[in-house]
Amino acid sequence: MTNNATPMMNKATPMMSGLPLLTRIRRGAALPLAAMIVALTVLWYAGAVLMNMTLVRDAFEREEVEYTTMELVAGTLDAERPLLPAPHQIVATFIDGVFNYAPNSPRSLVYHSWVTLSAALLGLAMGVATGILLAVLIIHVRVLEKSLLPWIIASQMIPVLAIAPITIVVLGSIGIRGLVPKALISAYLCVFPVVIGMVKGLTSPDRQHRDLMHNWSATPAQVFFKLRWPAAIPYLFASLKVAMAISIVGAVVGELPTGAQAGIGARLLAGSYYGQTIQIWAALLAISIVAAGFVGLVGLIEKSVARRMGAPA
Amino acid sequence: MTRRSLISIALVALALIATAFLMRLSPMAEGLSRQTDPALLCLTAMALLLTAPWRPRFAAVPTFAASALLTGAALLLLRDADISGAAGAGFWALVGAALVCAGATMTALSDLALTDPRARKLRDIAIPAVFGLMLVMLAELVIRGAGVPSVLLPAPSSVAWRFVHALPMLFEDLVQTFVKGVVIGFVIGNAAGFGAALLVQDRPFFRRGLLPMAGFISSLPIVGIAPIMVMWFGFDWPSKAAVVAIITFFPMFTNAVAGLSGASRIDMDLMHSYAASPSQRLAKLHIPAALPFVFNALKINSTLAFIGAIVAEFFGTPVVGMGFRISIEAARMSMDVVWAEILLAALVGTASYGCLVLLERKLTFWHASQRV
Repeated sequence: MTNNATPMMNKATPMMSGLPLLTRIRRGAALPLAAMIVALTVLWYAGAVLMNMTLVRDAFEREEVEYTTMELVAGTLDAERPLLPAPHQIVATFIDGVFNYAPNSPRSLVYHSWVTLSAALLGLAMGVATGILLAVLIIHVRVLEKSLLPWIIASQMIPVLAIAPITIVVLGSIGIRGLVPKALISAYLCVFPVVIGMVKGLTSPDRQHRDLMHNWSATPAQVFFKLRWPAAIPYLFASLKVAMAISIVGAVVGELPTGAQAGIGARLLAGSYYGQTIQIWAALLAISIVAAGFVGLVGLIEKSVARRMGAPA
Repeated sequence: MTRRSLISIALVALALIATAFLMRLSPMAEGLSRQTDPALLCLTAMALLLTAPWRPRFAAVPTFAASALLTGAALLLLRDADISGAAGAGFWALVGAALVCAGATMTALSDLALTDPRARKLRDIAIPAVFGLMLVMLAELVIRGAGVPSVLLPAPSSVAWRFVHALPMLFEDLVQTFVKGVVIGFVIGNAAGFGAALLVQDRPFFRRGLLPMAGFISSLPIVGIAPIMVMWFGFDWPSKAAVVAIITFFPMFTNAVAGLSGASRIDMDLMHSYAASPSQRLAKLHIPAALPFVFNALKINSTLAFIGAIVAEFFGTPVVGMGFRISIEAARMSMDVVWAEILLAALVGTASYGCLVLLERKLTFWHASQRV
């Protein structure tokens, strides 16, 4: 995780805007990416046919009906509880779950995604606030850098999600239920990338700049708000992207041990109990779209903030 | 640390200890007058604190000793049934004094001007060690002093007791989850990731197509694949290894691709002028150049792998394994077992991370980040 917390410099793609369209397409990533996606889909269909073959054949033979190869293949792509559902089945279930139910119905994927997302966002807010606070303390108090920072790093060695069931049981027994325990797990996961990124960012201004601030007899608060904080912004956004992704993982896993009634994690658990593979994949698709959307959103905000702070567009 | 700040810290600590003696109304004062040992320990600590400002350079020694003595006194007091679980202000004053002393120890250590690099290294281990010890002791005193129910949070001592007495069970869980699930999956996933990177490294079309895809997948909650793997590979360890392998594949792939294509123009020209064959170029230039990136991925993966295996156990498991034990014992409210498992996981996780760091130092000693 440590490397993700450093800002990725935008790999200087050579100025392509001046080139003719065809050249731009040939040099860009879109064409290979599209090819890979097509290849993956074909592979997926082939996998679905192969993996579900025995299942469907057994079903045909049990009912003692004659079948052709075409019917067999069609059956593998249309099974009710396939080992590997075909992409169109997943998409159909996903669309059904998103559009065919009211957003507050427990059969709606929008509802479950929102339950998970709200816990993840609350956790993200708590984790980022704690992380920034710890980073500010660490760069200002030297003892903390030496004593606290090693423990924050070591805390990542604990498989944090192992704590998830206890957190939820413990908080449940003192009467805190629902959103907050899940959010706490997300928050715990978010703190680390934020602390590491922000310590790096807040200490990134070099000697010269700090000396200049000193020459202008800036107060510590001025040094912080006019030098350190702006310098840390790119690092903050890099950490935020990692934290956003990881907070959703935390919220999903936080829903498992309680056997929670709502949320994507609960959906996964129910699907695995009843062998509803299509439902599991549809839930995964939903949470993937949410995760990718929010990580992308953080990226967009980063770009607009960078532009406002005077970065070259 | 200046003499003046040492004097003020010592005065605060002394005042707190004095409070402990003087709190007539709290059960604590009863304890101090009934038991002579804690009282003696407190007096010794006071005497030690008075010597601290005398040699500010060595202040860490008396403050640490005082902190240890005060903690010992508080622990002795907890034997008293009147204090344990219903500690009064005097007891907390004593705990506060111990904390102040420990804080002074850490500050004194970090303010030491050391020139010898070995002494510095020792200091950089000593400070977090004191901090960790302080946290554990604080937890012990607060939990037992305030009588926190063990369902909420067991005292560190009872976790340690459970850890020692449940070693055979813990070992079985460790073999099931770590040796079978994590290690096997980790090896498969990383090897596959590195192999895939080797395959695409001189095929730009594949690289441009797969890299953004892998980057995208890395930001998704891949652990969600766990129930499907349990369905495909059964309840036993192969499904856990499969989850771990899938989770570790993507970070290794993206990092290895970056590393393998990271060799500089000059180095490649040098290889060219040596007339190196493609396999020589790979073995002598590209793979060594990729190692720092590979180790980066290995370190990221070492934390992800454990998570994957434990989460997969939530979806189905034989009656052994760390994730299984944690969820079953948490449901039975025996938190000392749960925390013993977490302690084990932390120890094993830290140990394997440490091994990776040592290996990295051995293999990439030439890299800028490894040179002092």
